[in-house]
Amino acid sequence: MEEVKLMKGNEAIAEASIREGVDAYFGYPITPQSEVIEYLMLEEPYKRTGMAVLQAESEIAAINMVYGAAACGKKAMTSSSSPGISLKQEGLSYIAGSELPCVVVNVVRGGPGLGTIQPSQADYFQTVKGGGHGDYRLIVLAPASVQEMSDFVEDGFNLAFKYRNPVMILSDGLIGQMMEKVKLKAQKPRLTENEIRERYGDWATLGNKSENRKIITSLELKPERQEKHNDKLQAKYREVEKNEVRYEKINCENADYLLVAYGSSARICQKTIQLGKEKGLNIGLIRPITLWPFPSKAIYEAADKVKGILAVELSAGQMVEDVRLAVNGKVKVEHFGRYGGMIHSPDEVLSALEQKIIGG
Amino acid sequence: MSEILTPEEIIKKGTLVFKKTKLMTDANLSYCPGCGHGVAHRITMEVLEEMGIAEQTIGIAPVGCSVLAYDFMNIDMQQAAHGRAPAVATGIKRVFPDKYVFTYQGDGDLAAIGTNETIHACNRGENIVIIFINNGIYGMTGGQMAPTTLAGMKSSTSPYGRDLAMTGHPIKITEMVAMLPGVCYATRQAVHKPALVRKAKKAIQKAFENQRDKKGTSIVEIVSNCNSGWKMTPVDSNVWLEENMLPVFPLGDIKG
Ligand SMILES: Cc1ncc(C[n+]2csc(CCOP(=O)(O)OP(=O)(O)O)c2C)c(N)n1
Ligand code: SF4
Ligand SMILES: [Mg+2]
Repeated sequence: MEEVKLMKGNEAIAEASIREGVDAYFGYPITPQSEVIEYLMLEEPYKRTGMAVLQAESEIAAINMVYGAAACGKKAMTSSSSPGISLKQEGLSYIAGSELPCVVVNVVRGGPGLGTIQPSQADYFQTVKGGGHGDYRLIVLAPASVQEMSDFVEDGFNLAFKYRNPVMILSDGLIGQMMEKVKLKAQKPRLTENEIRERYGDWATLGNKSENRKIITSLELKPERQEKHNDKLQAKYREVEKNEVRYEKINCENADYLLVAYGSSARICQKTIQLGKEKGLNIGLIRPITLWPFPSKAIYEAADKVKGILAVELSAGQMVEDVRLAVNGKVKVEHFGRYGGMIHSPDEVLSALEQKIIGG
Repeated sequence: MSEILTPEEIIKKGTLVFKKTKLMTDANLSYCPGCGHGVAHRITMEVLEEMGIAEQTIGIAPVGCSVLAYDFMNIDMQQAAHGRAPAVATGIKRVFPDKYVFTYQGDGDLAAIGTNETIHACNRGENIVIIFINNGIYGMTGGQMAPTTLAGMKSSTSPYGRDLAMTGHPIKITEMVAMLPGVCYATRQAVHKPALVRKAKKAIQKAFENQRDKKGTSIVEIVSNCNSGWKMTPVDSNVWLEENMLPVFPLGDIKG
């Protein structure tokens, strides 16, 4: 049954995973995302749906538990925050190389190193450009509300199984910790073993006769064959780029200036648009929802109609590189963002726009 | 001159004394001739065949010489990152508690990079079987020192012999995990002599029976040779194993 509740972003992710019919969650505590596993342990989903929940000995173990469960065609999930996500990179590379579906959540905090427990968007490069070794891609969803924290669990698993690819929900401490009204989806049943066999039996290790056995591996010692395997991955990534770009356009009709921002920064930029209006400035916002595939075409087209673009992110400038690539020199693109756990205010964004784009 | 019989004729005469299990594929083993890995594979697969559980079993190959175990073991297999097989096994077992799950790991995989996963899977009493091939060396990467390398033993990263003051002692991880309540069975076996092969196979069978009976983690260590890494002939390596490895890693049940 659908339900409306007031929840933290992290709690919404946890509840949504139960309702999505996820089979297993493996996690390890780290601020600001520990509420995910705490909520699950309190809620006892093994009693509600039979979903397994386990506190692993490390983020490394957790992602490898996800690997094992995902290789059986099960819906498996883990979550962490920046330092823990760094530890998962080898596992993510194996999961991408072995073409396994799973959903991983990063509730980003400030870095580098142990950094701070406050919100940040400085894991963009790690998430969107690779992070682990090898030529692989994560499909990256960037929620900007508690509602999207909940909704992207379902969207994430749909994409993960459609493409047999890991999906990252790239959130941050702000979206993870804030409370909002959220409409929770109705409970989906978990798939039975027979249903998994019907849908994913052509690749999943479910126990089989020798003639029909399945192998999950990312190893191909012969380089000619490894190249072929990479060709297959690349072809898949081109399909994802073609079909799955998602973004939101806000106030872009007749805008003179464009902000590009995702997640929590996009929320802040919406207020900046209002502040701009009061000053007689017409500002638009493109909010990438998928960070990979990136909405390059939409930004390229929008660049024709504006005088300049400001990429706003809680980092020293990461996504701005993709915005510049998209715009390809047509108009000026600058970056603004506080970092290290500090959050820019809507006023600060407006001042930066005035200084770097309007005045500059 | 004695007649040469075809396999079919031998079977017809009732003289068949050995048959390769169907659970080993026909692929050529990638192991060096004389290496213990092949025997350990075979007896593991024979146990699955004899217990009739192959179709409900998922095996996990490590990173090490046995990384390609999935080419030889004719069942569903997953390949795990270096050292992470017990975590991968945990993931499978938590979503399919009634399937049989085993890991097959070398000493570097299980007792160095994967120590954390090994200890915690054992501590949770994951209902799995761990088959642990201890050859005292990193075979796959060309014979570097392993956590199990003996004192004074030469390897490519201990070229003057393992210096205990610098690198610590050969780790007895089977004894270590045997202390954990989650472990129901910990044993050390070998496969360099026919009688020992029979014993090792019995141990592996007991381990899978424990899993069937949901008793917790079973670990079967197999002290094995690495004739290439040790730079010996296969026969010499087996003598060396007997004289040098077994005093440090004595055979027999440690628990259960
Ligand atoms: C993360 C990582 N580190 C290092 C390696 C390189 N490596 C491959 S196999 C191996 C050692 C394997 O030794 P062991 O587990 O004893 O197996 P054996 O080959 O002796 O059977 C190492 C260090 C790797 N593949 N991955
Ligand atoms: S290198 Fe050693 S462990 Fe590896 S196959 Fe050869 S003999 Fe066996
Ligand atoms: Mg070894």
